[in-house]
Amino acid sequence: MYAFTHHLASSVDDAVKTLGANGDAKFLAGGQTLLPTMKQRLAAPPHLIDLGKVKELRGIEVQGDKLVIKAMTRHYDVATSDAVKSFQPGLAELAGLIGDPAVRHRGTIGGSIANNDPAADYPAACLALGATIVTNKRRLEAEKFFTGLFSTALEDNEIVTSVEFPKADKFKYMKFRNPASRYAMVGVAVAKKGGEVRVAVTGAGSDGVFRWTAAEEKLTQNFDKRALEGLSIDPGTLNGDIHGSREYRAHLIGVMAKRAVAAA
Amino acid sequence: MPTVTMNVNGRQRSADIDPRTLLVQFLRENLRLTGTHVGCDTSQCGACVVHIDGEAVKACTTLALSCEGSNVLTIEGLANGNELHPMQEAFREHHGLQCGFCTPGMIMTAVDLVRRKGNNLDEKTIREELEGNLCRCTGYHNIVKAIAAGARNMSSMPQSKAAE
Ligand SMILES: Cc1cc2nc3c(=O)[nH]c(=O)nc-3n(C[C@H](O)[C@H](O)[C@H](O)COP(=O)(O)OP(=O)(O)OC[C@H]3O[C@@H](n4cnc5c(N)ncnc54)[C@H](O)[C@@H]3O)c2cc1C
Ligand code: FES
Ligand code: FES
Repeated sequence: MYAFTHHLASSVDDAVKTLGANGDAKFLAGGQTLLPTMKQRLAAPPHLIDLGKVKELRGIEVQGDKLVIKAMTRHYDVATSDAVKSFQPGLAELAGLIGDPAVRHRGTIGGSIANNDPAADYPAACLALGATIVTNKRRLEAEKFFTGLFSTALEDNEIVTSVEFPKADKFKYMKFRNPASRYAMVGVAVAKKGGEVRVAVTGAGSDGVFRWTAAEEKLTQNFDKRALEGLSIDPGTLNGDIHGSREYRAHLIGVMAKRAVAAA
Repeated sequence: MPTVTMNVNGRQRSADIDPRTLLVQFLRENLRLTGTHVGCDTSQCGACVVHIDGEAVKACTTLALSCEGSNVLTIEGLANGNELHPMQEAFREHHGLQCGFCTPGMIMTAVDLVRRKGNNLDEKTIREELEGNLCRCTGYHNIVKAIAAGARNMSSMPQSKAAE
C-alpha cells in the first residue's frame, strides 16, 4: 500500500468538502474492495475519506411505496432487516449471499454500487427493480448510473447517499457462486411489477450488469419459466475467463433465469 | 503520525500509527497480541478474524484508524483467566485443529455465529457460515463438530459473557 492521509469524515458535508479540497481523494466505506485494491497497488489514493462514522449515511426506512437504504448500510444490516424482509424479501436474501459473514459486517451498499464490479450482486437488483441512486447532487436511475465495467455516472465531488427501491410484486435473485471468490459467476434478478417484467444479469456481461430484454418480452407475455424455453443469449456479448467460458455463462444465465422465475 | 485509541480485550489502548496500519498489524505489532494470524492478507482466509463492537470482521481488511473508539475482542480476550471459553474448550475436546493456524479465526467466527444464530446449529448452517474461513489441515469435519458442541455449551454461559 502506498502512503495516504486519513480523514475521518463527520458528516456528508464534511466528506464532500474534504473531497473538494483534495481532488484525488477516495471515499473509504467498508473497505472490502478498496483496501485489497490498495494492497495490490492497483489504487493509490493520496487521501482517504473514511465514511465509517457518518451516522446520517446509515439506516433503512420504508417511505410509502419505496424502500430507502442509506449508502453506508452494511450487507449484514440489509440481510437481517425486518423492514427489508417484509418490503422485498428477495433483497434481504441477496444481501445475505454476498461474500461471507465477516465481509457482510463491513461491506456497504454504497460501496458496492459505486464500485460496480461486473460480478457484484446489488447492481442486478438495482436494474431489475428500477432503483434510484441518490447522491449529494442528484437522483439517477440505475440504468443511467451503471455505465460499464467498474464505472458509474458518478462525477468528481459526488457521493452516493442512498438507494431507493420501488416495490415490486415479485422479486427473486438467483446466484451461481464462484466457489472460491464467492462473487457471482452468473446472477440473475427477476422483478415483476404489474404487467412489467425486468430481468437483470450480473457476473457475465463483457460490459458489466445488463438487462436481458428478450427474456423480459417472453416473461411479460407469460410469467412462467417455460416461457424461457429455447431462448438463448449470444455468448459473443459475454465475458469468458478461467472460471468459465462465454458459452458456459450463456447457458447458466438461462438456468438461473428459469430458477428465479420459478421461485419468484 | 495520527493517534488511534480503541479498547482491546477490555483495556484502553492508544498509539501513534502510520495511516496504512491495518487492524491486524496494530494488534500484532503494536500490542504484541499475536494470536490473531495473517494467512492470506487478501481477505479470503479468515485467519485474522476478530470482533469489532461484537461483530466478526477480517482484521487484515480494516484500517486501525477506522476502529477509533471501538471495542475490539481478539482470541486472547476470550478465556476467563485460566478457564477456556466453551468454544475454545470444544475445539480442544473435538480435535478441531491440527497446526492451529486457522484456529483463532475459526473460533472468533464461531462465537459470532452463535451470537447471530443461537446455540443449536446444524451442520449445513455451520458449513455455510464458515464460507470465509479456510483450513489447510483438518478437512473441516472436526471443526464443524467442535462448533456445534461449543455452541451448545455456550448456552450455559452468563448472557453477558456469551455475547462478547
Ligand atoms: C472475500 C470477499 C468476497 C466478496 N464477495 C462478494 C460477492 O459475492 N458479491 C458482491 O457483490 N460483492 C462481494 N464482495 C465485495 C463487497 O461486497 C464489498 O463490500 C463491496 O464491493 C464494496 O463495498 P465497501 O463498502 O467495502 O466499499 P469500499 O471498498 O470502501 O469502496 C469501494 C469503492 O466505492 C467508493 N465508494 C464507497 N462508498 C461510496 C459512496 N457512498 N459514494 C461514492 N463512492 C463510494 C470507494 O471510493 C471505492 O472506490 C466481496 C469482497 C470480499 C473481500
Ligand atoms: S489474513 Fe485476513 S482474510 Fe486471510
Ligand atoms: S488447523 Fe492447520 S490450517 Fe486449520
